[in-house]
Amino acid sequence: MSEKKERIVFDVAYQPQVKTNRDTQRIMLDVIIALMPAAVWAVYQFGINALVLMLVSCASAVFFEWGYRKLLKKEQTIDDLSAVVTGLMLSMTLPPSTPWWVPVIGVFFAIVVVKQLYGGIGKNFLNPALAGRAFLMASYASIMGTYSVPRALKGTVDAVTMATPLSYMYGEAAMPKYYSLKAIFLGTTAGALGEVSALLLILGGLYLVYRKVIRWRIPLSFLGTVAILSLVFGYGTLDRGGWMLYNLFTGGIILNGFFMATDYTTSPVTFKGQILYGFGIGAITMLIRYFGGFPEGVSYAILIMNLCTWAIDKGFHRHQFGVTKEDIAAEKAAKKAAKKEAV
Amino acid sequence: MSYKFRGGVHPDYMKSPEIPVTVIAPPKQVVIPMAQHIGAPCKPLVQVGDYVKMYQKIGENPAPVSAPVHASVSGKVVAIEPRPHPLGDLIPAVVIENDFQDTPELMEPLTEEQLKDPEAILTRIREAGVVGMGGAMFPTALKIRGGIGKVDTLIINGAECEPYLNGDHLTMLNFPEQLLKGIELVRIAQGVEKAYYGIEKNKQDAIDLLNSLNPAQYGIEIVPENVKYPQGGEKMQVKAITNREVKPGGLPSGVGCNVVSTRTAYAIYQACYEGKSVIERIVTYGGSALAAPVNGLTRVGTSFEHIAEQCGGFVKTPRKIVLGGPMMGICATTLEAVNVKGTAGVLFFTEDEDRHVDNPTCIHCGKCLTVCPMNLEPLFMYMYYTKRDFEMMAKYHITDCFECGSCSFNCPARMPLTHAFKTAKIMFQQKAAKEKAKAEAEAAAKEAAK
Repeated sequence: MSEKKERIVFDVAYQPQVKTNRDTQRIMLDVIIALMPAAVWAVYQFGINALVLMLVSCASAVFFEWGYRKLLKKEQTIDDLSAVVTGLMLSMTLPPSTPWWVPVIGVFFAIVVVKQLYGGIGKNFLNPALAGRAFLMASYASIMGTYSVPRALKGTVDAVTMATPLSYMYGEAAMPKYYSLKAIFLGTTAGALGEVSALLLILGGLYLVYRKVIRWRIPLSFLGTVAILSLVFGYGTLDRGGWMLYNLFTGGIILNGFFMATDYTTSPVTFKGQILYGFGIGAITMLIRYFGGFPEGVSYAILIMNLCTWAIDKGFHRHQFGVTKEDIAAEKAAKKAAKKEAV
Repeated sequence: MSYKFRGGVHPDYMKSPEIPVTVIAPPKQVVIPMAQHIGAPCKPLVQVGDYVKMYQKIGENPAPVSAPVHASVSGKVVAIEPRPHPLGDLIPAVVIENDFQDTPELMEPLTEEQLKDPEAILTRIREAGVVGMGGAMFPTALKIRGGIGKVDTLIINGAECEPYLNGDHLTMLNFPEQLLKGIELVRIAQGVEKAYYGIEKNKQDAIDLLNSLNPAQYGIEIVPENVKYPQGGEKMQVKAITNREVKPGGLPSGVGCNVVSTRTAYAIYQACYEGKSVIERIVTYGGSALAAPVNGLTRVGTSFEHIAEQCGGFVKTPRKIVLGGPMMGICATTLEAVNVKGTAGVLFFTEDEDRHVDNPTCIHCGKCLTVCPMNLEPLFMYMYYTKRDFEMMAKYHITDCFECGSCSFNCPARMPLTHAFKTAKIMFQQKAAKEKAKAEAEAAAKEAAK
């Protein structure tokens, strides 16, 4: 028997032996796809500088992530596209006239300080894009507060910069005619790059829900809280229904509700926890809008709730399959009795 | 109407019931492992040089948790020695040189009266070596006996929710009447009035065929179920049909149910009506290493190497041999291993099916938590597993995981979740055993001091 068969060494693994096609990269790609309508609209409305800002932001995000991990001799993670998403999201929150170097600084803070110093994807406890924006707000308040005129209003408004709908809503001056509800919904207003068109952002958000990238709980409870609070506590001269819609469609509510608040790493995973988290963001947003120093508070509301995520998830620990309501009640009663005995 | 369970996934089913059943020719040598069930391995009843007949009992163990094994071909016993077992390790096995005569030694079929007597049926089920052929390989007679008096609902599992596998579906299509009679026998043995046969709706042709045979005359009701993995899990079957939930750590009999698989019921029919012991079954062979999937009627003890040859050989070099379905199947380490009673499928996977990632990172998306049918929180369980924090693992009910693999399947970051939980459960067992031994030693020391 001179013939000796070559012995194959087989892989072994515990189950499952098959896995879904949808990996982290595909999910991130879905988020980028969902942001595209709003991004294209921004470039159309605000011109070439919008495109420059987005590209610079994405490119620097990828560069910083690559560079950091290269310097520290860690495994490269840029191909999961999460850096691109962070860069794109950050650029969406910038005013259209921002100089190109501003997002570079913001992205550096977002990627290096907030994300990588804590261990990279999945480890950060703050939303990097929003933390980057908060950093820029603190550092370049005047740049971050100056909004240029969109293409749609070029003939109507005779100026280089103008106020956003949100500053009229909570300010002294009456709302100008060109800021009708329709204009705000479609996005022919002044504002940050990706925040103007509620319609396109909702479309993107629905795409994410359809693709099961995000679940409806966080956006719905967040938007619902904002809607109910603004409906109950009217303000200004508008009727309550109109006031509610203005509140929903201005500022970053839609963008943040669908894209930022649902960031996996910094939002709760438990079902009840997600509802509470959305409610918390909505309530804090409205508190900042009504009583705070800034006209807009969504990003801070989300950052604050990010910090509560861990506690929320712990608090809503689930009962496993087979545990009935009676079992839970019995367990509670037993605990109470034990406590009494101890006393 | 079936009830829904929470969670679950929809894998790519890759099923091929349209491919007719082919017979995998028995090999020159069959290797019959003495352990084809959970419990004590059998002791060989034959010696080297003996002539054995097909269906003849060649291994037995009087222990309650065990089932006898039988020769799947006729011929001469050439060796009794440890051979590679599909589940790993070397297990004593009887090696039979096939004489290709297939001389049978059948048991007497049960008489009309015996077919109505639970005790006779149960004795025959044990004699024929019937085990849970869904993959668990628990001795069926013991399972039914354990449920007598406690069980009011008998459930037959026809979900076949695992991708690739077609054995149950083809059994339903090819032997519908025999199958129904087999279920009737289980029902009589269990002593209940009615059996519910849960079948996933993706086998509509089988549901229609079985319904056309008037299953009510056998005391059977067909229940079409939603197509979702792991519909075929015992606890999910009980939930789907009775809306009862098995208590954590409990058995279906705790809520008055017993679950028996399709193929087991058919084996019981063969044992009682035809006097045949369990020596062959329809096994699905698939995976990208084969040119096309094969539904092969295969004898127990056929080596995977022979099977691969019979299936037309490998078109690609296989990297993994998966036993059973890909969701819960584990891997064999060698092509010399043989198929056993519980093997429902053998999948030869190449790198095409491989989605392994080095150093995966959890992105905290919560997709594992959404799909867990046991309502657990895999991402936190995994976190505490990596820290070896036993207290928190217990608090997050890691031992309630039944390793269905849904979380790992759905994980976009490719975290080895199920792997971790399986390991953790073993660690818990070892820890419990250690503590028990320590307590016993202490008790013994005290006794001695006295």
